[in-house]
Amino acid sequence: MARSAEAKKLTLEEGFYAAFLAVLALLCLVIAGKAVDQVMAFHAAVGVVFAALGVFLVFRGYSARSGNPPREIDGRPNYNYGPIKFAVIAALFWGVAGFLVGDYIAWELAFPALNLDFPLTNFGRLRPLHTSAVIFAFGGNVLLATSFYVVQRTSQARMPGIVTPWFVILGYNAFIVIAGTGYLLGVTQSKEYAEPEWYADLWLTVVWVVYLLVYLATLWRRKDSHIYVANWFYLAFIITIAMLHLGNNVTVPVSMFGSKSYIAWAGVQDAMTQWWYGHNAVGFFLTSGFLAIMYYFIPKRVNRPVYSYRLSIVHFWALTFVYIWAGPHHLHYTALPQWASTLGMVFSIVLWMPSWGGMINGLMTLSGAWDKLRTDPVVRMLVVSVAFYGMSTFEGPMMSIRAVNQLSHYTDWTIGHVHSGALGWVGFISFGAIYCLVPWLWGRKAVYSLKLVSWHFWVATIGIVLYITAMWVSGILQGLMWRAYTSLGFLEYSFIETVAAMHPFYVIRAIGGILFLLGALIMVYNVYMTIRHGEAEEPSTAAARPVAAE
Amino acid sequence: MANRHEILEKNSILLSVAILVVVAVGGLVEIVPLYYLKSTIEKVEGVRPYSPLELAGRNIYIREGCYNCHSQMIRPLRDEIERYGHFSLAAESMYDHPFQWGSKRTGPDLARIGGKYSDEWHREHLKAPRNLVPESVMPGYPFLATASLEVPNIKGHLETNAIVGVPYTADQIENAEADLAIQANPEADGVDAFLERYPKAVVRDFDGNPNEVTEMDALLAYLQMLGTLVDFSTYSYEDQANMR
Amino acid sequence: MYEDLASFAQTWGLVYFVILFAAVLVYALWPSNGKRFRDAARIPLRED
Repeated sequence: MARSAEAKKLTLEEGFYAAFLAVLALLCLVIAGKAVDQVMAFHAAVGVVFAALGVFLVFRGYSARSGNPPREIDGRPNYNYGPIKFAVIAALFWGVAGFLVGDYIAWELAFPALNLDFPLTNFGRLRPLHTSAVIFAFGGNVLLATSFYVVQRTSQARMPGIVTPWFVILGYNAFIVIAGTGYLLGVTQSKEYAEPEWYADLWLTVVWVVYLLVYLATLWRRKDSHIYVANWFYLAFIITIAMLHLGNNVTVPVSMFGSKSYIAWAGVQDAMTQWWYGHNAVGFFLTSGFLAIMYYFIPKRVNRPVYSYRLSIVHFWALTFVYIWAGPHHLHYTALPQWASTLGMVFSIVLWMPSWGGMINGLMTLSGAWDKLRTDPVVRMLVVSVAFYGMSTFEGPMMSIRAVNQLSHYTDWTIGHVHSGALGWVGFISFGAIYCLVPWLWGRKAVYSLKLVSWHFWVATIGIVLYITAMWVSGILQGLMWRAYTSLGFLEYSFIETVAAMHPFYVIRAIGGILFLLGALIMVYNVYMTIRHGEAEEPSTAAARPVAAE
Repeated sequence: MANRHEILEKNSILLSVAILVVVAVGGLVEIVPLYYLKSTIEKVEGVRPYSPLELAGRNIYIREGCYNCHSQMIRPLRDEIERYGHFSLAAESMYDHPFQWGSKRTGPDLARIGGKYSDEWHREHLKAPRNLVPESVMPGYPFLATASLEVPNIKGHLETNAIVGVPYTADQIENAEADLAIQANPEADGVDAFLERYPKAVVRDFDGNPNEVTEMDALLAYLQMLGTLVDFSTYSYEDQANMR
Repeated sequence: MYEDLASFAQTWGLVYFVILFAAVLVYALWPSNGKRFRDAARIPLRED
């Protein structure tokens, strides 16, 4: 008793966070009081609650712990799994919410009465909620969870800090809540995938810097001199997203007490900056980060090293320096100067090579273990995700060619392309990683039911196929109808005729979305049963976490 | 041991710096010249900053997420020019913070929607799109006509735009509050002075409700001026300065 | 100014990318790095 009382002290770190959050709560209180619009008042009030909750959690954590958590127990690293568990659960929650909203707006396009003529339920407000929920809330929590897991395990070291890892996870989710409620209430910068207003952006910046520092500090504790390649991809993701976020969100608020701001960039420069950001959110959030997952979880799950480590290094640098140039292909034939859009096109085509290099590296890791595709549905999920990655990174460069883009731009083809990447690649690799992670984190032998994983896989795959084929047909159809001429040289179709032609495909797409959502619900049940009722690992084998799921 | 550890720390920093350098180049090369190459934005007559009511309407357009389904960027392709009008110029969005070019046409392009339909058509269409266009998939916005326009400190909005580079004059900023109401009321005093401040602006009771300035007034003021400012008689694509 | 920038980019830009790519290739394929990379590839599989 005496020993633990002695070991237990309020650390400098805990004191700092308590003080920082207390000041923040006070600041939010002032802003709430002086707010010039209702959304600002609401968000400031949310800020007060969250910050106060943070202070409470710091002190509760202090009174609950019996001493400073040791870095190692019996010579083995004492990994910090608490925040990771939270992020996994958060990912499941936001994933289901994001898929649900996405499917709802898909039905809105098929049956517009579902918009209900009510501000909160309009497509225009729900669409950013969907994109942010799936990309930043679902994808972001998956990346936070896996990156914290991978960096600790490959460094064989506990992440530093008691409060800090929690601050990153909870702070990030607080950002999600602020951003999402903001869209519903009509607060948006209208920059796609960067809609949150200035105060949410500021908060994210703080969280992100702390994230980078925790990540680096964990790397500094590593036992191996070499930094494993998955960590390179995570670092590229963290650093580049920081740069893009800062570059694309330089705004001047009208008032410190109001939600509205005006971006520093205008017109053509703003468009270029936005798509420099937008395409690299795809490149470094949805690609780099999830490639890191591929480079850790596939080798781990099939229990063999990555096919070629040399290829992974070339893959990393080639991808990193080529991807960043690809943005202007979103602006072909616009008022953007042609030299810029040509640059974007050329680099997008070049990008095909490193992308496929990475895909081959991921797939070939299975060589000699291909039977696992048949026996382990989690491996199947991971491998099919890489196949989807290959497919959409072939389609992407093709669509960046000016002549193709001329047809595909502004149509559903783009939406289909995005979703083959988002549902197939990002979704499946995330699901695969979650199915691996949950038993590892909660000390279970394996997932509750591999059969249900298989069901998830097939239901979701059929959903994806319905989705992307419907969007291919509707996109190309609409693109062709827009430019169709009669023999007399008149435009053949009015715009509204091309809208009407989309209806059956919108219905098929929305059905595909339901299947994908259904798959995610199966996963949630499976994860719940794994945590609640999964067979606990036998103590003797707890050290050697079983990889194969026999 | 401690020494070796230090070197390792530096390696991860080195890696981070290398990543930052590599990813910074692309953005610098593609974005910075857009500010320095004169040919990026054409020299044309007519483009002016938004009037206060137009700006308020633009903010409603942004708030409701119209950009998710409507582009404001006509490409120089035959069918688009025939369908929507002259292709969009960079100059037409040079005061747009942020730009509204869009990326998807679930609905038609709006870059030159101004003046193509009557206020009454827009009103009815925004309230219940399918009453006028049965196959439309657009949401209805009946609440715009009943919500009175509330812009706390419109002057501050103009000032903020001026900070980021929109050439609002002291006269325009000074009269922002009054101009907000004047544009929706043709009977008001000061219409002439307003039109001098904002040439080609449309002064009308857009929502057909003379008793108050609503969000519908603001949105229509914005929609009805879209694409109407440039004097195309002064623009020539063949002009060397305008080749891009 | 446009012409100057364009010709600069078209020559030195190419050189920059070739050098960068060559450097990465040399590092990745350098024979004596092979053993280190083989070890590194096994990092995730090491039990702890």
